[in-house]
Amino acid sequence: MRFANLFRQRRPDSDKKIATQRLQLVLSHDRANISPGMLEKLKDEIIAVISKHLDIESDQVCVNFQKNYRETRLVADIPLKKHTGRSKRV
Amino acid sequence: MSGKIITISSGKGGVGKSTTTANLGIALALLGKSVICIDADIGLRNLDVMLGLENRIVYDIINVVTKQCSLRKALVRDKHCSNLALLPAAQICDKSAISEDEMERIAREAAEQADFVFIDSPAGIEHGFRYAVKPADLVLLVTNPEVPAVRDADRVIGLLEAAGRAPVQLIINRLNPELVRRDVMLDADSIVNLLAIKLVGIVPEDPAILIAGNRGQPVVLDKQSLAGKSFRNIGRRLTGEEIPFMSLQAPSWLQRIFRFQR
Ligand SMILES: Nc1ncnc2c1ncn2[C@@H]1O[C@H](COP(=O)(O)OP(=O)(O)O)[C@@H](O)[C@H]1O
Ligand SMILES: [Mg+2]
Repeated sequence: MRFANLFRQRRPDSDKKIATQRLQLVLSHDRANISPGMLEKLKDEIIAVISKHLDIESDQVCVNFQKNYRETRLVADIPLKKHTGRSKRV
Repeated sequence: MSGKIITISSGKGGVGKSTTTANLGIALALLGKSVICIDADIGLRNLDVMLGLENRIVYDIINVVTKQCSLRKALVRDKHCSNLALLPAAQICDKSAISEDEMERIAREAAEQADFVFIDSPAGIEHGFRYAVKPADLVLLVTNPEVPAVRDADRVIGLLEAAGRAPVQLIINRLNPELVRRDVMLDADSIVNLLAIKLVGIVPEDPAILIAGNRGQPVVLDKQSLAGKSFRNIGRRLTGEEIPFMSLQAPSWLQRIFRFQR
């Protein structure tokens, strides 16, 4: 632990920040018309499909919405396993 | 003449649509514009009491739809501003008494007679919402700095976008500067960021609005009130003027002491 951290009190998130984050999540699901549970299922299916062709770190896969003004896109971040001989790129 | 039709909408109920309609109606009338406010909340008439006109109503919007009287005859002249008139909602019918096309016809006819037509939309996203936004040239979306209100606002924006409807702009109502300062309440920037639409005004939480409601004298007529000033500013922005947003910072303890002394 860094010395400075000993004295820095861990400040809990402000109510404003909590509200903003919750809204961010809720709005992206509302806009895409998908529930958090369905998104989780979609993620599992993506992992299953990609794993057929690539060695991936399935526990580090991140499937999320990204918002730019009123445009929403689904972004999947799928790390490949290291040292797998030849590496494929998609 | 064909005036601009502006619908005040929100999704969620109780966020201040009728308050906003009454105040913007007067704000524009005070600027010399001719204004007609249409209470589209059929079955839950309220704009009449907000404007203090409840005793003057003879006909309502359904009488106009069924051609029992002309639009001109149904209009109630405002007592504060002679260039503002109200088309009252019917109280004993429900919203199915009017179709989207009928609302559009009445709003267009009103726009022939006024510079600005404001339509006070019912809450919800069903029929009442749809007929209220159908004729709009601009939708003003009212929200509060609260998670459910912002979420509903986003839903309404989505519906309007999907239908390829009028541009939507945002009014944040009931912002409490002191709570924002303490990081307890959502601030205007975060809300605008989340909803990603143009902001036309921020109206602070103001007890003067409660008093105004009791008296039937919209707060915009009160020169002392901050909320009144916000509505006057929004009115001017709607006429195309560039008015900077007021600073709604909560007064510091120093400012408070000085104000106390005055
Ligand atoms: N800025 C404000 N400050 C304080 N009270 C407000 C403010 N805006 C609205 N209100 C109150 O909130 C209530 C609901 O407002 P209203 O305009 O009837 O909402 P809606 O038409 O969206 O249902 C009213 O009692 C009104 O006095
Ligand atoms: Mg209302």
